[in-house]
Amino acid sequence: MLRPSTTIPPREHGPLWRDPRVRAFVLQAVMLLVAVVLVILLTNNTLSNLAAQGVTTGFNYLSQRSGFGISQTLVEYSANSTYADAFTVGLLNTLLVAGLSIVTCTLLGLLVGMARLSSNWLLSRCATVYIEIFRNIPMLLQLLFWSALMMSVLPEFKKSYSLWGVAFLNKKGLVLPWVEFSSSTWPLWLALALGLVAMLVMRNINQYRVRRGKDGWPVRWLTLALIVLPPLVTFFCSSIHASLSLPKLTAFSSRGGIHLIPELVVLWLTLTLYAAAFVAEAVRSGLASVPNGQREAATSLCLPGGLTMRKIVLPQAMRVIIPQLASQYLNVIKNSSLGIAIGYPDLFAVYGITTLNQTGQALEIMATTMAVYLALSLLVSLLMNLINARMALKER
Amino acid sequence: MRTRTVLTAMSIAMAGMLATQFSHAGTLENVKKRGELRCGVSDGLAGFSAPDAKGRWQGIDTEMCRAVATAVLGNPEKVTFVPLPNSERFTALQSGEVDLLSRNTTWSASRDNSMGLSFPGGVLFYDGQGFMVHKDAGVTSPKELDGATVCTQSGSTSEMNMADFFASHSLHYQAVTFESPAQLLAAFEGGRCDSISIDSSQLAALRSQLKDPDSGVILPEMISKEPLAPMVRRGDEAWGKVVSWTLYAMLNAEEMGITSKNVDALTAAPKSPDMARLLGKDGDFGKQLGLSNDWAHNIVKNVGNYGEIFDRTVGEHSPLKLARGKNALWNAGGFQYAPPVR
Repeated sequence: MLRPSTTIPPREHGPLWRDPRVRAFVLQAVMLLVAVVLVILLTNNTLSNLAAQGVTTGFNYLSQRSGFGISQTLVEYSANSTYADAFTVGLLNTLLVAGLSIVTCTLLGLLVGMARLSSNWLLSRCATVYIEIFRNIPMLLQLLFWSALMMSVLPEFKKSYSLWGVAFLNKKGLVLPWVEFSSSTWPLWLALALGLVAMLVMRNINQYRVRRGKDGWPVRWLTLALIVLPPLVTFFCSSIHASLSLPKLTAFSSRGGIHLIPELVVLWLTLTLYAAAFVAEAVRSGLASVPNGQREAATSLCLPGGLTMRKIVLPQAMRVIIPQLASQYLNVIKNSSLGIAIGYPDLFAVYGITTLNQTGQALEIMATTMAVYLALSLLVSLLMNLINARMALKER
Repeated sequence: MRTRTVLTAMSIAMAGMLATQFSHAGTLENVKKRGELRCGVSDGLAGFSAPDAKGRWQGIDTEMCRAVATAVLGNPEKVTFVPLPNSERFTALQSGEVDLLSRNTTWSASRDNSMGLSFPGGVLFYDGQGFMVHKDAGVTSPKELDGATVCTQSGSTSEMNMADFFASHSLHYQAVTFESPAQLLAAFEGGRCDSISIDSSQLAALRSQLKDPDSGVILPEMISKEPLAPMVRRGDEAWGKVVSWTLYAMLNAEEMGITSKNVDALTAAPKSPDMARLLGKDGDFGKQLGLSNDWAHNIVKNVGNYGEIFDRTVGEHSPLKLARGKNALWNAGGFQYAPPVR
């Protein structure tokens, strides 16, 4: 029987320290404070001890002259540049090889993964052999193997393969004709970026319109126009001139054109082949996770195989594939530091080894190198999580 | 490789954080207590430090380690050799992983003054940076290497000297760097590099390892001074003195004509007051260093004098066959000069 409400004693709040929420909050705050104080104390103690030992600390070295050469530099760099510039060169080289490898290993992995599930016996066996070989041999060994193979296959510099006298291939790499700009090209890149943003906005507006029942725009043509036109218009309206730079061989090297060093190619190739094997497995598990009924339903609608794959199976498989893909991309970024074994000047080689040795600032340099790899990995995880969230099953 | 660099960096951090008396621990006492010297050497460089067919470390750098072990512990075998790549040598010494770095390291201002390390004194080997080219390239001077691909070791003074050399002669070059001498050798033989530029003693070592040693030519021109010297932690003067006087003892012994063969006889009957002091028959020069008074006798007896060591590791009786040159004693036209024992 219900008692009259007036007889219920007013809810006791009790002392603050008995409230579990307050207690949890205070406890966490105290823990955080202790952690912060500990870190500050340890840092101070480390710095004063290092100073007592005569070890120079701090980041002043970054503005000093580096004094060493690097074989591949995407931005202006010479021995007169600073250690900070060397850091940038190394970081860009890491990003370059990791970016290239991520694109190619995804494409190759997708093909091999689908081939593995193919009803064609030969094709699926070939894919299996590929996956088992490349997945099970340590990447460092593969790297050294391809490097040695490349060096034995490529001709000596004096016996370079020549392609109509405008492109050359030899042990020092591949030299190709290249477009040379008279001044800095940043306006073109800015225009491209703005075009891409405009394209995204356009696509969203279009989706909104379609959902409202209005006619869609010709999205494909608009996309193409928004990507291509802004840089083109900028180019013709600005004072930037472009000219074709043809390489010419000299006694030991070449002048003009663009030079692709063999270390980049070998590292790119190895990262691609190695990671693609894992991507292929991710793709296979993704495809296998789609219930057979989906395919059967598509078949009964008389959809052709290719269309079934593209419109029905793959989109559902992606939900399984993407998280695994993300971890493969992280591996590609981290594994790119193995390039040091073949002389590829990535962040670890240029900054983590050479700069560390020239300056002796081990703590600062190891900390920043690790922070960079961590930041890159977190960034990739974030992007992949965003994509994953978009792809996730939406229940309406 | 990478994990180890990270670990050593962390152990410096740890040492910095925890051991407040880090630099005053007294390496000499530590080594005596441990009964063993931990010596950082190069990870495989013929003539300087490389394991022979029986797995025993050989070379002028390793003999320096054995000499210090003899001076402190009376036994040349009480050494643990810690092979270190270029990139890890300084962190290994800073963090206390090794007591002594005897690893063809160039004495330079920044290394002596900014890393918490120091060169206690004495140069084990006077070297200079040179170039090796392919014989069929027909190059006779590094100034003819315009546009060439030059390979070197990463994190070395060679990397910097090379950049300075090409810049000051307005020449173009492409630097490709490798961590280990073995990789350098492979890249040179494979045709990736037109030239290798490192210390000329190392060039001689690498050349001797070529499949056809005659296919490599070492150019006579040197582009730098490379005094290779042993290195210790800063702030431990007593230990630094032991290391430098070990080297001086070997140099003085050569100068006085004391060898591993005649050292016993000469100790019994010293031929001069100088010799009596060095061999511990007069004064307490060993005790002043915190060692036994017959330290120099032990070194010469067990390891040899400087000339003997030079001869069997890098000189006449070694595969490298380097001339004494700058490394001859001061009274024989070279730079090697040890302060007198008196």
